[in-house]
Amino acid sequence: MADVSVEALAEQLGIDYLDIDVDSVQLPPGETVGILSDDDNLYQEDDLELDTGFGNIIIVDNLPVVPREKFEKLEGVIRKIYSQIGVIKEEGLWMPMDPETHKTLGYCFIAYNTVQEAELAKEKTNGYKLDRSHIFAVNMFEDFDRFMKVPDQWAPPETKLYTPGENLQHWLTDEKARDQFVIRAGSDTEVFWNDARHLKPEPVYRRTFWTESFVQWSPMGTYLATIHRQGAQLWGGASTFNRLMRYAHPQVKLIDFSPSEKYLVTYSSHEPSNPRDPQRVVINLFDARTGKVMRDFKGSADDFTVGGTGGVTGVPWPVFKWGGGKEDKYFARLGKNVISVYETETFSLIDKKSLKVENVVDFCWSPTDPILALFVPELGGGNQPARVSLVQMPGKEELRQKNLFSVSDCKMYWQSNGDYLAVKVDRYTKTKKSTYTGFELFRIKERDIPIEVLELENKNDKIIAFAWEPKGHRFAVIHGDNPRPDISFYTMKSGNNTVKVSKLTTLKGKQANALFWSPGGKYVILAGLKNFNGQLEFYNVDELETMATAEHFMATDIEWDPTGRYVATVVTSVHHEMENGFNIWSFNGKLLYRIMKDHFFQFSWRPRPPSFLSPEKEEEIAKNLKKYSKKYEAEDQDVSLQLSEQDREKRRMLKDEWEKWVSRWRQLHEEEKMERQKLRDGEASDEEEEYEAKEVEVEELLDVTEEILADD
Amino acid sequence: MRPILMKGHERPLTFLKYNREGDLLFSCAKDHTPTVWFADNGERLGTYRGHNGAVWCCDISRDSMRLITGSADQTVKLWSVQTGAQLFTFNFDSPARSVDFSIGDKLALITTDPFMGLPSAIHVKCIARDPDDQTAESIHVLRGPQGRINRAVWGPLNKTIISAGEDSIIRIWDSETGKLLKESDKETGHKKAITSLMKSADGSHFLTGSHDKSAKLWDVRTLTLIKTYVTERPVNAVAMSPLLDHVVLGGGQDASAVTTTDHRAGKFEAKFYDQILQEEIGGVKGHFGPINALAFNPDGKSFSSGGEDGYVRLHHFDPDYFNIKT
Repeated sequence: MADVSVEALAEQLGIDYLDIDVDSVQLPPGETVGILSDDDNLYQEDDLELDTGFGNIIIVDNLPVVPREKFEKLEGVIRKIYSQIGVIKEEGLWMPMDPETHKTLGYCFIAYNTVQEAELAKEKTNGYKLDRSHIFAVNMFEDFDRFMKVPDQWAPPETKLYTPGENLQHWLTDEKARDQFVIRAGSDTEVFWNDARHLKPEPVYRRTFWTESFVQWSPMGTYLATIHRQGAQLWGGASTFNRLMRYAHPQVKLIDFSPSEKYLVTYSSHEPSNPRDPQRVVINLFDARTGKVMRDFKGSADDFTVGGTGGVTGVPWPVFKWGGGKEDKYFARLGKNVISVYETETFSLIDKKSLKVENVVDFCWSPTDPILALFVPELGGGNQPARVSLVQMPGKEELRQKNLFSVSDCKMYWQSNGDYLAVKVDRYTKTKKSTYTGFELFRIKERDIPIEVLELENKNDKIIAFAWEPKGHRFAVIHGDNPRPDISFYTMKSGNNTVKVSKLTTLKGKQANALFWSPGGKYVILAGLKNFNGQLEFYNVDELETMATAEHFMATDIEWDPTGRYVATVVTSVHHEMENGFNIWSFNGKLLYRIMKDHFFQFSWRPRPPSFLSPEKEEEIAKNLKKYSKKYEAEDQDVSLQLSEQDREKRRMLKDEWEKWVSRWRQLHEEEKMERQKLRDGEASDEEEEYEAKEVEVEELLDVTEEILADD
Repeated sequence: MRPILMKGHERPLTFLKYNREGDLLFSCAKDHTPTVWFADNGERLGTYRGHNGAVWCCDISRDSMRLITGSADQTVKLWSVQTGAQLFTFNFDSPARSVDFSIGDKLALITTDPFMGLPSAIHVKCIARDPDDQTAESIHVLRGPQGRINRAVWGPLNKTIISAGEDSIIRIWDSETGKLLKESDKETGHKKAITSLMKSADGSHFLTGSHDKSAKLWDVRTLTLIKTYVTERPVNAVAMSPLLDHVVLGGGQDASAVTTTDHRAGKFEAKFYDQILQEEIGGVKGHFGPINALAFNPDGKSFSSGGEDGYVRLHHFDPDYFNIKT
């Protein structure tokens, strides 16, 4: 459009506008000639999305029609109803009168201080029965506008021309097969390649004030999400990071992606106008690609905090847990005595009703299948046992259930392939004074889902950490009471494939409180974070041997790269003000490089989508690793040769440069020698070398006495 | 070799200085009494009593006869090194922060802190050969920099004065006219207060340490930035080896934060860097407070460090130190 008008103008003036070098045109400072800079454009759009000014006004219809005498009385009634919900603006209630009949028209406008209050008022009083014949119909003022604009005749929607998008997976095709990570330090957010061969990160993209609180990769690494006051944004692209989509959600606090990135869930909580009321919660479900709101949930924070502890934000996050494997078919949330399971085809409850489970406090999905594991605690003082059960979706049939007695608490851990489920059960001892812990292990993929009970050798040991080997059949437990706990490894597969869990080994007295399995399995880092000052032990579970021990002083977080080749240990300023920064290690515990950054907030590897290789193919590669690795070893060597060559060159240059300075100084020093001597009153010795140590014997005569010896 | 621990001060150390021959080590501390030690075995030789406040800085004349000390008691005193007698006292209206004898020892530079509305200043005094002829008059008084001037030293042939301080700018002044000749560049210079400044043995370059966690090496005549040494802690003290191409940085977190963290977090090590490659080559542990003062023996075979912990540690290098390959 713009081009056309320029063309017309150019023709009018008799100029071939294509000949003009646009960059040479200089506008007077402060004058934009009506041309918006890109930034202005951005601000304007945001404004449009956000604040059209009348969002805080509602229209209440179906009021009684009253003459002037009763006007004030009716106004009083309305004011009373609506000021319970929020603060009505000064002169914010306006009830128009018919100038001829001098009666009210049966509707009024109410302006609140905030949009939230208006929305709440609409929700609460729409359908309010003032009396039998007057049922309020409440609408947002803005909605009126919108509905009025709907054309009477249907017009076919414009079909947009297909424009091929960028390859959002381009980073996966990196020639050197490197991984990316994002860091936030100070006001900068930066994305780097982890260039382990060159022992340094290579910058990809950097932006100041990119996000207002944090950044988050989507689960398969396609998008990077940033959080702003107005909503969330997704970024991605082939070579750099471009804005792909915006999701308006004022004051968004938290976000969550569905496992295969189809949907984005955003969450915000708002202070209620009456401090005694619970906080109001708004949750939006967006289609990540189109930016369309698929479903929204609004309510008080209480509705969303069943079972969980609540926390500072008010709601346990994520509220909606995604299940059903990688197809993003189902999502569910915990309610009072129910689990509400929604399906994404219709964005409504499966079978139009929630799954009723009395007193359910916790549930989680299998990472791969539409199976829910849920936990119900003991009821009636132990008369009704606690229960863990597995429920298949969408049929809602119970696959397996286990009753558990004298239980104080339960925690459920799925293995990443959904093969196993471990339930950590804390039970009361007979005296009920203390608890002890055991595990119930479910084999999901086997017939009838056999359950096995595992108890630690020392029943009184506290469980500090538990973790499944990703994609594997082993798990590790940190247990013990003393400051140096033990770590045990178990396998679900015994030698002759009997269905029996067996212990592999126990490591005694380790300074560790957290377990970090490599995403590929086999390797695990036994870490002593925070109170243990960042002790790290790199352990090979296949060989049952320690590969390396190291320390990253005060490390607060550990994150494996998605391939399991490298691992980052991080000190963020959230926990510790000093030593902020991160270290990159190889999987076997060799420190590769170390970056210090003040005010370091976040480190996050860019995830990779799951591999397309079949398990057989993967096995084949693992078997013939030597063949495949040859090529890469040669490359590695080339790089290291090149590096040492560069290094030598750099050192030589620095030395040369330094020599130049030194010789210049020596010459100047020589030139100034005479003057310096003069300053020192002709004292010749100028250089340090010129003085020599002289041994001086000092004899002191202390006393002289003369004695005359008798001469015999 | 095992370091020699010299326990003679009751308060944090502030400054260390060897005499030209390298047989005596002078130490200043916040406990009012500068002390002189045998630089070889760490034996205490004597103290200089008379100051009534923390002593911030000292200098020794080339012939090791005179000592000049600057103190927070608003005086600068001249002492006889041999007898410990006070020869003269310069009185000021604010604490004296640093002192420096000129080449030939006929002039002395004294910097005073901003105090009670007075701005900081650099004073140039005449030092008489005979203490009886000594007068208190200043030849020049230079003012200008904002905040404290932490160190001022003479440039080549006493023609210039180099000053550095809290405003993180290094300035070169003409010592004859008192005119400002050069200022360090804001881009390349230090970002936070400069805490220390040390000239090379021949006076051709100097090293500055700053709270911005770096030390920088400059050419004395052109004020060209030659090297930057980046570390992980605020730098309180710097020293350059007269023998090898090594620099030593000392520092650590602020004394007020020391008790709240593990001793390893404080970074109280003296760190050695390769002067040319700007790479860290080693560290010497030992202090349990930040290092406030560092000095190399003029023979380059030993160095001493003084800490907030009140100790001076005297390190004689092992033979393998002299074979470090980088």
